[in-house]
Amino acid sequence: MDVSQYLEIFIDETREHLQSLNEQILVLEREPENVDTINEIFRAAHSLKGMAGTMGYKRMQRLTHDMENVFSEIRNGKMKASAKLVDVLFKGLDALEQYLDVIVNSGDEGTEDNEDIIKSLNDILNEGLGASAAPTAPATPTAAAAVAAPATEAVADSGVKPIKLAEHEQSAVAKALSENMNAFAMTVYIQETCILKAARAFLVFKALEDLGTVIHSEPSVQDIEDERFDFDFSVVLLTDKDAETAKKKVENVSEVKMACIEAIRAESLSPAATTEQKVAEEASGTVQKEATAQAAAAQPQKSATTSKPVVNRSVRVDIDKLDDLMNLVSELIIAKNGLVSINSADVTGLRESGFNEQIEYLERITTNLHQSVMKTRMVPIENVVSRFPRMIRDISKKLDKKMELYMSGEETELDRTVIDEIGDPLMHMLRNAADHGLESNEERIKAGKPEVGSIFLNAYQDGNNVVIEVRDDGKGVDVEKIKKKAIEKGAITAEQAATMTEKEAIDLLFRPSFSTAEQISDLSGRGVGLDVVKSKIEALGGDVEAKTVLGSGTTFIVRLPLTLAIIQALMVELGQEKYAIPLGSIQTIEDVLPSDIKYVQTKEVIHLRGNVIPLIRLRNVLDIEPDDFAPESLTVVIVAKGDRLAGLVVDNLIGQQEIVIKSIGKYINNNKMIGGATILGDGEVALILDANAIV
Amino acid sequence: MTETISSKEAKQYIVVKLGNEQYGIDIQYVDNIVRMQKITRVPKAQEYFNGVINLRGEIVPVMSLRVKFELDADEFTGKTRILILKFEPQSAVGVIVDEVREVVTLDADAIEKVSYDPNDEKSLYLSGIGKHNDSLISLLNIAGIIVEKEKEA
Repeated sequence: MDVSQYLEIFIDETREHLQSLNEQILVLEREPENVDTINEIFRAAHSLKGMAGTMGYKRMQRLTHDMENVFSEIRNGKMKASAKLVDVLFKGLDALEQYLDVIVNSGDEGTEDNEDIIKSLNDILNEGLGASAAPTAPATPTAAAAVAAPATEAVADSGVKPIKLAEHEQSAVAKALSENMNAFAMTVYIQETCILKAARAFLVFKALEDLGTVIHSEPSVQDIEDERFDFDFSVVLLTDKDAETAKKKVENVSEVKMACIEAIRAESLSPAATTEQKVAEEASGTVQKEATAQAAAAQPQKSATTSKPVVNRSVRVDIDKLDDLMNLVSELIIAKNGLVSINSADVTGLRESGFNEQIEYLERITTNLHQSVMKTRMVPIENVVSRFPRMIRDISKKLDKKMELYMSGEETELDRTVIDEIGDPLMHMLRNAADHGLESNEERIKAGKPEVGSIFLNAYQDGNNVVIEVRDDGKGVDVEKIKKKAIEKGAITAEQAATMTEKEAIDLLFRPSFSTAEQISDLSGRGVGLDVVKSKIEALGGDVEAKTVLGSGTTFIVRLPLTLAIIQALMVELGQEKYAIPLGSIQTIEDVLPSDIKYVQTKEVIHLRGNVIPLIRLRNVLDIEPDDFAPESLTVVIVAKGDRLAGLVVDNLIGQQEIVIKSIGKYINNNKMIGGATILGDGEVALILDANAIV
Repeated sequence: MTETISSKEAKQYIVVKLGNEQYGIDIQYVDNIVRMQKITRVPKAQEYFNGVINLRGEIVPVMSLRVKFELDADEFTGKTRILILKFEPQSAVGVIVDEVREVVTLDADAIEKVSYDPNDEKSLYLSGIGKHNDSLISLLNIAGIIVEKEKEA
């Protein structure tokens, strides 16, 4: 049976099940009596086991099986979920994740048996059930061992079902017997609770092929593969091993109830077969070939998966969203046909009005199409953050520091590419918060804070951005200490430090020079790898800033664009050139009289509704040739980066437009001011200004 | 022109003109040759980058070989072309040349090695001198011209 094609599904679903197990076990730890949770856990563990078995990952299956045993006892109320048990369960989940990673990379589950985890699981199981209950609780090798007894009895009255052999098969048997090989008829009974009979049968076949050749099966191999059989099937095996070996081998396959075996003797064969042995010899050759081909089918697939291990990345898309897309595409075709028919219309006036109408129609469709395609790419942030509670729990145990993670806004959606990349930076910030941000429990009590530290992870949508905040109620960052350290490291001079605002000083944390310094983690705890966090987030088109209040905590604010690739932008004109400013960063557009411009430290500023906003003359920044253009009032586009505002002076506004962002390549050097380029309707290229880099 | 491929080591070069000199560009890097078109200036870019163009929906940066080689400034004529070079699969670069003349096939023995001086940046730009009929062709080292940008940047 070919299982390689299911590998992707297997990996996807296993991930999901592991994630849900992680979450549910956390709940279980808090509410050991919650029946729903226990049932949920049991279901997930059971499916996991079944899937691993189908795919032939025996070690993985064994581990899940033992975990399932524990869950089953908890479900039956015979055991309580103790902290120790939860620890072991988490270890088990980690081991399963490792298996999965190995499978993703190599297509094989690897060789790690994780005996220690299995052992501690069973120890807990025995302990939990108490000595009296122990005999009834099946230990590790349940399936095989438990059925061993009935199996032996069954042999006595021979559970082997009569098998009819075709002539060429009979002669094959005869030939094998004449060559001193054994021929066995075998009937395999599978447990009635088994969900994946075909998979079991496949494993049985695989086991048998190791011993010899299966020349016949009832029902046919095809039917067995398609699961068209009850709970038993019969095979004829030619082998040089004895009956006991074959029987053991088959019964080692889990969920096999028993295997009955009987030798086929020469006298039981029809005489025709023996006499016509010569003729049949060729036939048997082909049969054997077929049989080995069946077995071989599994082998090459296995090697195929090892050779090309990388699993394609896939997105699950809601079927409704796909239907939407299909509808829009059909509308697009209708619109195109409309244009074609207008073109062939005779009356010019009619042609013109119809043309405009169709263009509007087309515009509506493309906008909707864009939105729908984007929606299919949107994934709730939950996919990344759901593993964090578990992580915080582990850190809490490791550091022996009590803390609690509160999350909100998990349903906030982000582009798939962003979701894939944001996990690591977030994890890093959470670790930072847990490890360095929060004080030890004693310190907290001394400072009059609640003993248990809190970490908050909040996500919400803000205009065209998604904001993710990582906040802790720890000791905060000592700005003066950062400055001192920065001076020591030579990152800044003492004079610079003196004039630095608090915000600028905190931004020092994101400098690469800080990341390598271990000392910084002694004094403030921040800075290790924060530059990596920053560069990663900036690569996604977002930015990150930190706020801190000494003694009461630190907040990291990550701002990410909702979607990449296509944005709404304001087109502006500067001299002969056109530039696009992303609408997301624009606050307002103002007309400013030259007389309203004030000077602060020889820099131009304007006073606008209580804010002092620095003016940036884009013409100067972008090296545009000066000309005599001197308007009566300046057009100022107010852009924001975090809380900081700036006014960009432009010549003219062209209007709002939906633009496709394209990279300008890595060879050209642009000071980060240019976030990319876009192609306008007339084929001209306009550059996109990155307001964040200019402000 | 003699287009016979005489030996395995023979390579094809596109011969272009810059001022009075002839340069050869290994044909395997040439993706396309397009006519001069409007180039959008990129502020604060390196001096020899004229800007970016729209090449059938892709944005391609364009550099001037004349500026790069410190020759006279470009004069765009009807013969001016942009050679689109693909040194790496995902990123194309255009170079402006005065004229594209022909494709020649040069045997390995028709190519003279040039001395390489690590202190002279310009010696990185050439990979050799090709002899073709009676003329000499300076063969450009595309890697030296394009990739060395990153170092500067």
